[in-house]
Amino acid sequence: MQEQHTRDPGAPADPGRRAFLASGAAIAVTGSALIHAGEAWGMEVKNLKPETMQTLIRMARDIYPHDRLSDRYYAVAVKGYDEKAGSDPATKKMIEDGVAALNAAAKKKYGVPYAQVGWEAQRVALLKEQQKTKFFQTVRSNLVVGLYNQKEVWPLFGYEGESASKGCYINRGFNDIAWL
Amino acid sequence: MAKFDLNDDSVVVVVGSGAGGGTLATELALKGVKVVCLEAGKRHEIEDFVNDEWASFAQLAWADMRTTSGSWRVSRDFPNLPAWIVKAVGGSTVHWAGASLRFQEHEFKTRTVYGDVKGANLLDWPITLAELEPWYAKAEDRMGVTRTNGIAGLPGNNNFKVLEAGATKVGCKEVHTGRMAINSAPRDGRGSCQQIGFCFQGCKSGAKWSTLYAEIPKGEATGKLEVRPESYVVRIEHDATGKVTGVVYHDASGQMQRQKARIVAVAGNSIESPRLLLNSESSKYPDGLANSSGQVGRNYMRHMTGSVYGVFEKPVRMWRGTTMAGIVRDEAGHDPKRGFVGGYELETLSLGLPFMAAFLDPGSWGREFTTALDSYENMAGMWIVGEDMPQGKNRITLDKNAKDKYGLPVANVYFDDHPNDAAMRSHAYAKGTAIYDAVGATRTFPTTPYPSTHNLGTNRMSEKPRDGVVNKYGQAHDVKNLFVSDGSQFTTGGAENPTLTIVALALRQADYIADQMSKNIV
Ligand SMILES: Cc1cc2nc3c(=O)[nH]c(=O)nc-3n(C[C@H](O)[C@H](O)[C@H](O)COP(=O)(O)OP(=O)(O)OC[C@H]3O[C@@H](n4cnc5c(N)ncnc54)[C@H](O)[C@@H]3O)c2cc1C
Ligand code: SF4
Repeated sequence: MQEQHTRDPGAPADPGRRAFLASGAAIAVTGSALIHAGEAWGMEVKNLKPETMQTLIRMARDIYPHDRLSDRYYAVAVKGYDEKAGSDPATKKMIEDGVAALNAAAKKKYGVPYAQVGWEAQRVALLKEQQKTKFFQTVRSNLVVGLYNQKEVWPLFGYEGESASKGCYINRGFNDIAWL
Repeated sequence: MAKFDLNDDSVVVVVGSGAGGGTLATELALKGVKVVCLEAGKRHEIEDFVNDEWASFAQLAWADMRTTSGSWRVSRDFPNLPAWIVKAVGGSTVHWAGASLRFQEHEFKTRTVYGDVKGANLLDWPITLAELEPWYAKAEDRMGVTRTNGIAGLPGNNNFKVLEAGATKVGCKEVHTGRMAINSAPRDGRGSCQQIGFCFQGCKSGAKWSTLYAEIPKGEATGKLEVRPESYVVRIEHDATGKVTGVVYHDASGQMQRQKARIVAVAGNSIESPRLLLNSESSKYPDGLANSSGQVGRNYMRHMTGSVYGVFEKPVRMWRGTTMAGIVRDEAGHDPKRGFVGGYELETLSLGLPFMAAFLDPGSWGREFTTALDSYENMAGMWIVGEDMPQGKNRITLDKNAKDKYGLPVANVYFDDHPNDAAMRSHAYAKGTAIYDAVGATRTFPTTPYPSTHNLGTNRMSEKPRDGVVNKYGQAHDVKNLFVSDGSQFTTGGAENPTLTIVALALRQADYIADQMSKNIV
């Protein structure tokens, strides 16, 4: 993911995006980019529709919701589909079709595309209808590594990662439990 | 370091360099026998190991194609990963956690003690505990097992303290930091445990015993052992009399080579060893080598396993320190009043966040799952390991549809739980949960078995040739200069982690082979 410090130059949101944000999504689409004003990052989408990537990010959070994780980690976890779509038409089709089907189901039930459905429980119900599809299975299973193997998320779960170069735990609390 | 000619037919060829093969190869070399050890994987040394679960998995694990079938959940969640084992010099002793327990006396004679359990292919081992004891003692000394030979136990980490407190509260009596092949003090030229917490990823301090650095270099130093990494054995050959004459393997550059041999010992772990025997079929042995009994590949055992994780109000940080230095042995005995035969051990276990996400409840998603991970820091974990029933239908077969890169059929692993396994698992989940509840767990997770780390039984030992593949020395009933030297020899699985028994059997087999060679019998 490309870090864009959109808070500095030209950061104030244009009216169009305001309207979009007001409709319930934290991530706005401007041209071929996704802009997350709240978290101050942007992401260029090259091969998928930007709305597709926006939906994937929402979907990623709905599959593995962690309220302490910001959207950026979910964006990193699904960003690879855009790259892959550039070289692999089958993946591109699977993702675009899968998202289109999800949006169609959302529109039918709630009148808005998936990412704009207001309640998590409603979106989860939509995902449950799709969970047997190859699209859902692929996105979910890749997230297990794509999300939880980001070293940046580990501290948010308290996990400390590599220890050998830090002196192991022999003098750093391997037996420091005090509440028992 | 020795270098033997491909045409030297006086060498012993050992296939695989793990617990069985690495030990046998080294012990034979120490006795002056010439050995060529062919290992499919690469040689990674201690400094190459990484404290990173997925990166380490990519470095060390056996990722070549395998397929699965049967009703076990692993087949659904990980259809091409039936087992989590190593492809590297040192074999799975690079990954292993070090728990080193002797079998109990009755576990060598389960057919006699448990009786006729419906659907189970129980059989007494052709050896007894008493017979194996001298080699157990030798193995414990060699591996530096704590709580043996005057070696102190390891200090308990946070995860152990939770287990100990809970187990004590529910009345368990035999609770301690285990018998571990991990140095609690410097020994045998290796340092003491630094509590790194990545025992499964290759011990970066070398405190944990592994054939990679605790055995093989000693064998190599004798000038009698040559270890050839990236040497993938595809076939064992024999002459007209039926005696084996050598092996065919692919070297690092993919080139086919033929190493002649006086004796071949197979130690590729319980999936690859039977696969190699089956793939070595010939007109003389149409059902595969050493398979006149039809038992090659059958009776595949993986231990009755499962895990229990508990979440507490306050942090545990279970990943800190030795992964498996903690045990409750109160349920290890045979007590049919519990509703099943055989017993189980409870041992501390921790997975890092990336593996916890992958293995806590494979395939699940949503808040029930993610709120569990949100409590990761406050989790304690234990692993259940118990005796599973050998069943003829649980077996390794050649998958005619899936071929490896050399064009050979890959192994298909079929497994169904036996009702006894399921009953024991339920009992163990309840026990594990009670232990954590006793110290205030707010939530517990009875977790499904992982891909198999203990793979056993597929070339079982038997007294009578019709009941199994090898005799009590691991020597093939059908071919006297062919040996099986890994966990596939196990007649039954016992409740204990298998490696100490694999090593004891390999040491005993080395004595036998050296003796038979010196008498010119083989
Ligand atoms: C994560 C983990 C934790 C474990 N913890 C414990 C524990 O605490 N206590 C315990 O007792 N056990 C433990 N085990 C199990 C233990 O590692 C195994 O039981 C033991 O290593 C098996 O020994 P083996 O000789 O049968 O096979 P391995 O040690 O797996 O060695 C087999 C070797 O043969 C090679 N090979 C296979 N096929 C071929 C071929 N065709 N040609 C050439 N080479 C080949 C493989 O690459 C491998 O290196 C653990 C295992 C894992 C994975
Ligand atoms: S905890 Fe001990 S045994 Fe485990 S990796 Fe660290 S030093 Fe090695």
